[in-house]
Amino acid sequence: MDTALLKEKCRLVRRDIIEMTAAAASGHPGGSLSSVELFVAVFNTAMRVDPKNPDDPKRDRFVLSKGHCAPAYYATLADMGFFSREEYKNFRQLHGILQGHPDAKKVPGIDASTGSLGQGLSIGVGMALGAKQQSGDIKVFVLCGDGELQEGMIWEAAMAAAHYQLDNLTVIIDNNGLQIDGKNTEVMSLGDIAGKFNACGFDVIELEDGNDIEQVLAALEHQTAPNVPKCIVAHTVKGKDVSFMENQAGWHGKAPNADERAKALAELEA
Amino acid sequence: MAEKKATREAYGEALAKLGELNDKVVVLDADLSGATKTSTFKKAFPKRHFNVGIAECNLLGISAGLSTMGYIPFCSTFAIFGTGRAYEVVRNSVAYPHFNVKLACTHAGITVGEDGGSHQSVEDIALMRVIPGMTVVVPADAKETEKAVMALAEMDGPAYLRLGRSGVPVLDDAPFEIGRANVLREGNDIALFACGCMVSAALEAAEALAAEGKNAAVINVHTIKPLDCETIKKYAAKCKNVVTLEEHSVIGGLGDAVGAVVLSMDDAVRFTKIGIDDLFGQSGKADALMEEYGLSNARVLEKIRKTL
Repeated sequence: MDTALLKEKCRLVRRDIIEMTAAAASGHPGGSLSSVELFVAVFNTAMRVDPKNPDDPKRDRFVLSKGHCAPAYYATLADMGFFSREEYKNFRQLHGILQGHPDAKKVPGIDASTGSLGQGLSIGVGMALGAKQQSGDIKVFVLCGDGELQEGMIWEAAMAAAHYQLDNLTVIIDNNGLQIDGKNTEVMSLGDIAGKFNACGFDVIELEDGNDIEQVLAALEHQTAPNVPKCIVAHTVKGKDVSFMENQAGWHGKAPNADERAKALAELEA
Repeated sequence: MAEKKATREAYGEALAKLGELNDKVVVLDADLSGATKTSTFKKAFPKRHFNVGIAECNLLGISAGLSTMGYIPFCSTFAIFGTGRAYEVVRNSVAYPHFNVKLACTHAGITVGEDGGSHQSVEDIALMRVIPGMTVVVPADAKETEKAVMALAEMDGPAYLRLGRSGVPVLDDAPFEIGRANVLREGNDIALFACGCMVSAALEAAEALAAEGKNAAVINVHTIKPLDCETIKKYAAKCKNVVTLEEHSVIGGLGDAVGAVVLSMDDAVRFTKIGIDDLFGQSGKADALMEEYGLSNARVLEKIRKTL
């Protein structure tokens, strides 16, 4: 898929994030916007999935460990045809399939229920371990937030990924530098994220700009040594491409009102 | 004296048998495979056994992932860690998506003994049974443990299996069906509902009461959830005097589960819970602890007599 088309998809996903959160008057636009290129690149270029057969046992798997960024996930899956955009109107609403955080029981294409931070990487390790056990070529992708690296369970999982030599596992860190209460560096410093994953036994690729689709594509294509899991630390901008949301922790879990929605959508015009 | 065997021993043997029957079964441990007795399975099926190290949350998370790949993970550690430390992983990564993970925890209750209160889980039944869609099974003895393991492997969905460290009497063979309580002894004067190691205590008490002219029904409620409400109502209505027995806190376990059913009935039923009072355990020999916390055969009989 050429990069111009992928960039256009990113623009549309960003519009959908704004539409979804504005309609629900609730949700997490900031981290959803920072992770758009990561979602679009992974699903459209790296993963073997079929929207017509979402439960295919041979499909590649994806876990959104930072489950609150569900709007970006939903928009990516809808764009691929896993379900209709009509579902957006029920995002975060009673009886809707698009829950506030991803629910594997309800949404075609979603492999794990997440939202409680720090748990997704362990699930991904289990999937990758199961895939290896079957000696197939199933790949597993886990998208983590930077803030959730403060959870100790992430490091239990990182240790296990290297121990079990899961070269079919790619962990992507959406490193936007912000969490609900403010900057990571002010809340609880994460230190050298790339160095930490490297020390755990990962082949780490650091992206200067994780919102540059070409950098993301190159990192996804990078082949690790046999038996070594991959970690992509993508430096991103929270609220990316909506000027008044960029680098603002306040937009972590706040939906745009009608005026803000209109302003954001205008900025996201082609 | 009946033969004694720990349910954890039976669990280890059952897993090894299950491994032969079902190649989708995988077993996970958190550095306690000797104590949880899964080492037998590990020897027989080394490629299907994973020791994740001292990391119980990861144990449950990895099991969740493996279950999505078509495997049936049995993950084991001590009850205090599997249901306590990893509680929210069980709740959100396993039970919320209704994944097919079996959490089989050994060293439940005060019969852990010398390790003391930090390692004695008196609240695990409560923690597990409150989770929507969770099956909770507490086998009474070694034979029932094997049947429970086989049955849990056949059912789809998350389940908790509660096992003990110390030897418990091996009872007469009985059929096992998840969710169906076993009536082990008929009686009209009092209904004793028990689970785990307290089933043998209930049988002993019923024997002693018979010599005193009182007929006690003994019902083994091996499945705390889904609860066999029909059998509970039937015997509560018949006996009008219900006693529950468990090696668990009197808060949130079998007693409260049965009590809620009894309360919903129109009949006036006398109701008594025997279990561990709202207290932590401590170090000591298992038998001494059972005496101290009022769960020895003699203490149980004394408490039951007071209700008659």
